[in-house]
Amino acid sequence: MTYLWAFIVGGILCVIGQILIDKTKLTPARILVVYVVAGVFLTLVGAYEPLVKLAGAGATVPLTGFGYSLAKGVMKAVEEHGLLGVLTGGLTATAGGIAAAVVFSLIAALIFKSKEKS
Amino acid sequence: MSTKHIGKQTAQLASPPTITETFSVVGSKEGNGPLRTYFDEIVEDNTFGEDSWEKAESKFMSTAIQKVVQKASLSTSDIQYLLAGDLLNQCSSAHYAVRDTNIPFMGIYGACSTMAEGLGLAGLLVDGGFADHAVATTSSHFCSAEKQFRFPLEYGGQRTPTAQWTVTGSGAAVVSAQGGGPYITHVTTGKVVDMGISDVNNMGAAMAPAAADTIAAHFQDTGFGPSDYDLIVTGDLGMVGRQLNIDLLSQQGYEVSDVIDDCGCMIYDFETEDVHAGASGCGCSASVFCSKLIQELRSGAIKRLLFVATGALMSTTAIKQGETIPCVAHAVRIVTDKTN
Amino acid sequence: MQKQEYKAYAEKKSPNSPLWLNMLKAFLIGGLICVLGEGVRHFYTNWGLSLEEVAAATSITMVFLGVLLTGIGIYDNIAKHAGAGTLVPITGFANSVASPAIEYKSEGYVLGVGAKMFIIAGPVIVYGTVASVIAGLIYYFIH
Repeated sequence: MTYLWAFIVGGILCVIGQILIDKTKLTPARILVVYVVAGVFLTLVGAYEPLVKLAGAGATVPLTGFGYSLAKGVMKAVEEHGLLGVLTGGLTATAGGIAAAVVFSLIAALIFKSKEKS
Repeated sequence: MSTKHIGKQTAQLASPPTITETFSVVGSKEGNGPLRTYFDEIVEDNTFGEDSWEKAESKFMSTAIQKVVQKASLSTSDIQYLLAGDLLNQCSSAHYAVRDTNIPFMGIYGACSTMAEGLGLAGLLVDGGFADHAVATTSSHFCSAEKQFRFPLEYGGQRTPTAQWTVTGSGAAVVSAQGGGPYITHVTTGKVVDMGISDVNNMGAAMAPAAADTIAAHFQDTGFGPSDYDLIVTGDLGMVGRQLNIDLLSQQGYEVSDVIDDCGCMIYDFETEDVHAGASGCGCSASVFCSKLIQELRSGAIKRLLFVATGALMSTTAIKQGETIPCVAHAVRIVTDKTN
Repeated sequence: MQKQEYKAYAEKKSPNSPLWLNMLKAFLIGGLICVLGEGVRHFYTNWGLSLEEVAAATSITMVFLGVLLTGIGIYDNIAKHAGAGTLVPITGFANSVASPAIEYKSEGYVLGVGAKMFIIAGPVIVYGTVASVIAGLIYYFIH
């Protein structure tokens, strides 16, 4: 059942992005920024957690889910370490994804060449 | 006291120079298109054996320069001026392409209008008696243009229906004082026109007003009209800009739809090649002019041509700062019979 | 024609993106990527990882897939159709890091790959981090 919800919720989050691309002047980079920031604040107010419970990866794989991880991380760190956690929590929780992107991309740059499109 | 200037923007050449020879070299996508039989050389490997897109583009241009001089049975020491430019920052393709030629060089930048700008300037230099032979050339490369103006090639983006595909290729022309034509008789220099378009994925709409402005100025200055031409060809307006140009000219009382075409609508096959609104890039008008158009002038299929290359003079920095896109178009009148 | 008038006219004459078709493709492909992510999540859960470990391992796996498909030149071909369907998932984030890394290799590993890797994805990290700090502060004071 979570697979179906993952498909529906993930798909809808992408459709919202598509509408923003086609109907507004927002560039893809701006849309991603909006998604991450929205994910952070929706999580803070408790609105995103139910979506994650319902749809699993359907809510965590879209970039709003990156915002969700940032917010959850910072809230947990604040609980454990107080004010210091404000600065350490977000990136700690998302370190895996970011480090993976950096390392895998470097390896990709070593192996692959930029290719012609057609 | 100028004696060869007529009207506001047009030079009328006293002894019309001849376009002695041209050479076109294009990439594989262009080589698969409808003009495949017209190009002098088609390069299947778009890296052209180089290790970067920028070097590849430069090699397209250096190939065009070398081979056009050969084809004209001249040597590089016979060429008194080389006029070249391209789209990359500091016109780097041109500078590296001309590095080893030993020809006196003038760098020009007109974005995609560069071929008409170069051809027009070469005509002025030769007609002015400053040169027996001058070469005009320009180039573009899809990959180097994407990298500089848009996104890395592997980036997953979606092109809009108004987006145009940058031509990989180069064209070069030798303009000479003596010869049997085709002749350059008039050069109409465009003004920078900016009608407030800021969408970099709709260059055709941005450039159409510049094309219409220059064509209308040419008609006013020379007294010619649409019926004095077999073909009026714009550079790379694409499907959207082509129609806007026709509409804008119609509003000024010039009905050009029967004689107009656009290089950006000619080079690719819209059915089989996924190019959206058409082609763009300096190499578009250059390679189409130096292949199909020149051959039709030689065969007599076209006797009177107005070649109007159009350029979107945009800077990625200025666009990010909220600026709109300034555009320019230059027109060169080319005829097979100079008394005509 | 005045500027405003021309702008409106040009917009009218320019074809629009096929919104419904684009939305459908974004929904299907974006949804499928999330289903794949859900499969990865289940895999790590069944493997006995903790909730937090599952989240991190899933991100890492999806990023890996995004980078791999970018490297072998497939991601951009899917994205041409999927639009936001490949942009919004974390695989799109991976694509936007890997594609400049590969493209700018010709300018060297330090000033090319290293410096240009985040030209597209940088803002996501910057504003995501800033948003998390602001959220953290708010949480600190209300908690």
